[in-house]
Amino acid sequence: MSVAAQTSGGDTRPVPEDHVRLTIDGREVDAPKGELIIRTCERLGIIVPRFCDHPLLDPVAACRQCLVEVEMGGRPMPKPQPSCAVTVADGMVVKTQHTSAVADKAQQGVMELLLINHPLDCPICDKGGECPLQNQALSNGRADSRFVDTKRTFAKPIAISSQVLLDRERCVLCARCTRFSEQIAGDAFIDMLERGPGQQVGVAADKPFQSYFSGNTIQICPVGALTSAAYRFRSRPFDLVSTRGVCEHCASGCAIRTDWRRGIVLRRLAGHDPQVNQEWNCDKGRFAFVYATANDRITQPLVRESIGGDLKPASWTEALETAAQGLLGAKNTGVGVLPGGRLTMEDAYAYAKFARVALGTNDIDFRARPHSAEELDFLAAHVVGVTPDNGGVTYDELSAAPAVLCVAFEPEEESPIVYLRLRRAARDRGMRVWHLGQFTTPAVRRTFGTLLRVLPGSEPEALDALEPEVREALSKQGAVLLVGERAAEVPGLYTAVARVAADTGARLAWVPRRAGERGALEAGAVPTLLPGGRLVTDDVARAEVERAWGVTLPSRPGRDTAGILAAAAAGQLGGLVIGGVDPFDLPDPRLAEQALSRARFVLSLEMRPSAVTQAADVVLPIVPPVEKSGSYLDWEGRRREFGTTIRSVTASVPDCRVLDSLGIEMDVDLFTQTPAAAWAGYTALGTYRNIKRDTSRHTGRQVPGKDTVPEVGEGRVLLATWRRLLDNGSMQVGEPHLAATARPAVALLSETTAADLGVDLGGRVTVSTQRGSITLPVAAADLPPGVVWLPGNSGPATVRRSLGVGHGAVVTVRSGNGGSSKTAWGRHS
Amino acid sequence: MAMGLLDPVKGFGVTFSTMFKKVVTEEYPEVKKIPAPRFHGRHQLNRHPDGLEKCVGCELCAWACPADAIYVEGGDNTDQARYSPGERYGEIYQINYLRCIGCGLCIEACPTRALTMTNEYEVADDNRQDLIYTKEDLLAPLLPGMEPPPHPMRLGETEQDYYVQGPRLERRAGSVGEEEL
Repeated sequence: MSVAAQTSGGDTRPVPEDHVRLTIDGREVDAPKGELIIRTCERLGIIVPRFCDHPLLDPVAACRQCLVEVEMGGRPMPKPQPSCAVTVADGMVVKTQHTSAVADKAQQGVMELLLINHPLDCPICDKGGECPLQNQALSNGRADSRFVDTKRTFAKPIAISSQVLLDRERCVLCARCTRFSEQIAGDAFIDMLERGPGQQVGVAADKPFQSYFSGNTIQICPVGALTSAAYRFRSRPFDLVSTRGVCEHCASGCAIRTDWRRGIVLRRLAGHDPQVNQEWNCDKGRFAFVYATANDRITQPLVRESIGGDLKPASWTEALETAAQGLLGAKNTGVGVLPGGRLTMEDAYAYAKFARVALGTNDIDFRARPHSAEELDFLAAHVVGVTPDNGGVTYDELSAAPAVLCVAFEPEEESPIVYLRLRRAARDRGMRVWHLGQFTTPAVRRTFGTLLRVLPGSEPEALDALEPEVREALSKQGAVLLVGERAAEVPGLYTAVARVAADTGARLAWVPRRAGERGALEAGAVPTLLPGGRLVTDDVARAEVERAWGVTLPSRPGRDTAGILAAAAAGQLGGLVIGGVDPFDLPDPRLAEQALSRARFVLSLEMRPSAVTQAADVVLPIVPPVEKSGSYLDWEGRRREFGTTIRSVTASVPDCRVLDSLGIEMDVDLFTQTPAAAWAGYTALGTYRNIKRDTSRHTGRQVPGKDTVPEVGEGRVLLATWRRLLDNGSMQVGEPHLAATARPAVALLSETTAADLGVDLGGRVTVSTQRGSITLPVAAADLPPGVVWLPGNSGPATVRRSLGVGHGAVVTVRSGNGGSSKTAWGRHS
Repeated sequence: MAMGLLDPVKGFGVTFSTMFKKVVTEEYPEVKKIPAPRFHGRHQLNRHPDGLEKCVGCELCAWACPADAIYVEGGDNTDQARYSPGERYGEIYQINYLRCIGCGLCIEACPTRALTMTNEYEVADDNRQDLIYTKEDLLAPLLPGMEPPPHPMRLGETEQDYYVQGPRLERRAGSVGEEEL
């Protein structure tokens, strides 16, 4: 909305509808009804000092710094009014500190009051240099204070969580942090305590400020009261170079600001992008960046010695030659490519092209997680090629939706910004949110949602038998059905989701967990699709790619991740090219280990040592996202482009360049030497014009295997599991403050199940399969009977690695430690 | 132009008269010159009377420096290892004397009078590395009664005691407190 300001007097144009006309500092202005005076001032370029006001938080008028003189109907209001809490009205005359001595004096008085108990310890305060209190004390305060008595002191600092430190002396009680926690994040662990001069921000003694979004309170604190344990005393704003970037952790696509000095990232802040993350981000995106400078970074190519079998540092030339020879030797028997789900789109395109052009195969799959053929059909029919420009669901549309159903998707854990949008819309507009899940998670409560409780594995049946109320809500214009990547773990679920969407007309959006998955899908790093959503089996589409690349492409779809690993383990594949894949994320980690040891040649493109590099014949070092440029596609399909933040000082280069050089060694040209070149190569192809939305193929598919209902009883229960935001993920290493705010790793059981199993809630429980066991503390939750919930990869609960099964499997639950509490990796082999 | 009779010896007159003037030659380094009391020489990081460092690592000196000669990183005092009273101390402190122009803006900026300048002017060397002075080079020597950090606060319960009573304690300790200047 742009409302022009006119100079005072004589504007005879009619006031637009739903607008009022008022005068601010002698300038007449039209403003929409209900707008706060401070916002109207901003639009006129008049800056009123403020602390508590934040455009994304409800007004509270706590700090009183924004006092202005207001005149209504020719009569001045008896006292100056807080411009952050008074809405505009017709005929109002506002005088800010620029034109009113009263307002100026009032603001100076408030500033003097705020500074009475402020310790003025700016030299040792992390906020010093970027502090609104410092700045506004200079611009709108007096040079001297009349206060001569002893200041109120508190013990400082107190840790309200392991990563947020509170200095109550510095606090001006603006309530931004408490309002953020209550209104935006929904975890009101932090609140105002006491009254009068003793008022302070605090947490309950037994409940630390354990939130996935606590870092935002540090960023919006207008003084240095909340500081970050990780950034404490590390630097000053003038030291830092700030570079805009995009978060690499999940598919939310947050804009971030990276502050760095001398080649080292010191902190990350939420960037400002109203269409995506607004001004927020999650703690993982904010604090988990140390992995990029971890000491164990692989900084030069490694080649396995023929004698001894150790990896030894090598030159790029030698390593590329060895890798090219190995791959060319293995090409006849076939090479599988597993790029992983964390690549930029440019890198994923390089992998897709490398697999087809250099290796002549469609055996490429970015999905380093449980997956299915049904999922590929679903993605090809409903997801690929969809962007905000051509009708994809966007964040703003999600916020405006009348109803949302989350299927196999735990928004707070898997896409935190989606969760913030859902909560905000549910809180502000009463959006209905349903969660198809197993128990009332914090996200269900905080999105004011309704849980549709189902047994793990029975989600498809539950979708087919949705209550009429839900069905009706989903039929409303703009309703959205969000489905997570975990749907692949339940056969028939993607099909059921597509069927519900088709029946109700609800809009469908797929929200993967990893940042690179959506881009890798578009870039063609899947066995059934070439770049731009072109089906491998579609002759016209394939011909387009063949023309652009100047090669003949195989017309049969390739193997998926499980197929590649099974073939390699059976000795049918000669080689493997593996990007950022952790074998323990894969559906069957043991199969992956067998594949790695059986394959004759394993090439690993890695940043840090992993189970893959241990088995690799050649390891080529690649750079973390902070040292390269590129783009991710977020879950909307929106391109999130970022530039190089820090120039790499190691021998590492981006994946696309490694593959380009390797291609040259193998006598093919990929033209992906830089991310820009790779992007140009991708856009030259572009998204396919006639993507076949073959929905029939899988909406007709029957739910398989339901005659084999798992046997439950005698200590055997169904396993429900998904991953948490903060877990054992390898990109969260080296950040103990962050790790300590992860939710505790506990198994969950309903009270009746616990009684049936003879499990003491509050004690420990051992969950086991043929392959191994996990021992965890156990707590109660409203799970369906006969179901145990485990965090997917938190602490000792490494479900895939230890148990070898996933969501919906049958597991045995015993009380107590049940023998060894160690994971039984390899014990049964 | 004819040459005068005395001209050949006139030049010796200058030489002769100079023999009775004050010599400007410095006998450096045998005799060290004492500069003016407020001469801007090498910096010094001062200590509290008990030996704790005054520097809190605030970087205001680095901020003020027009030549970008100062590099500071703050650090966290813990109960196990305390270097200064209060929460924060200067963990890394470097002054690059290849860059320093001796303007003194840094010592004006220092909020704790941790950084002052001495009259020491012998700041030259034959390599660049040695001209980056680190905290060890810059810290004031330990005077009698001082104890090398890390150690707990000896002069009071909080850092406030150091700042309120510091000058008095310093006088009592008999050390040269620059607060008195």
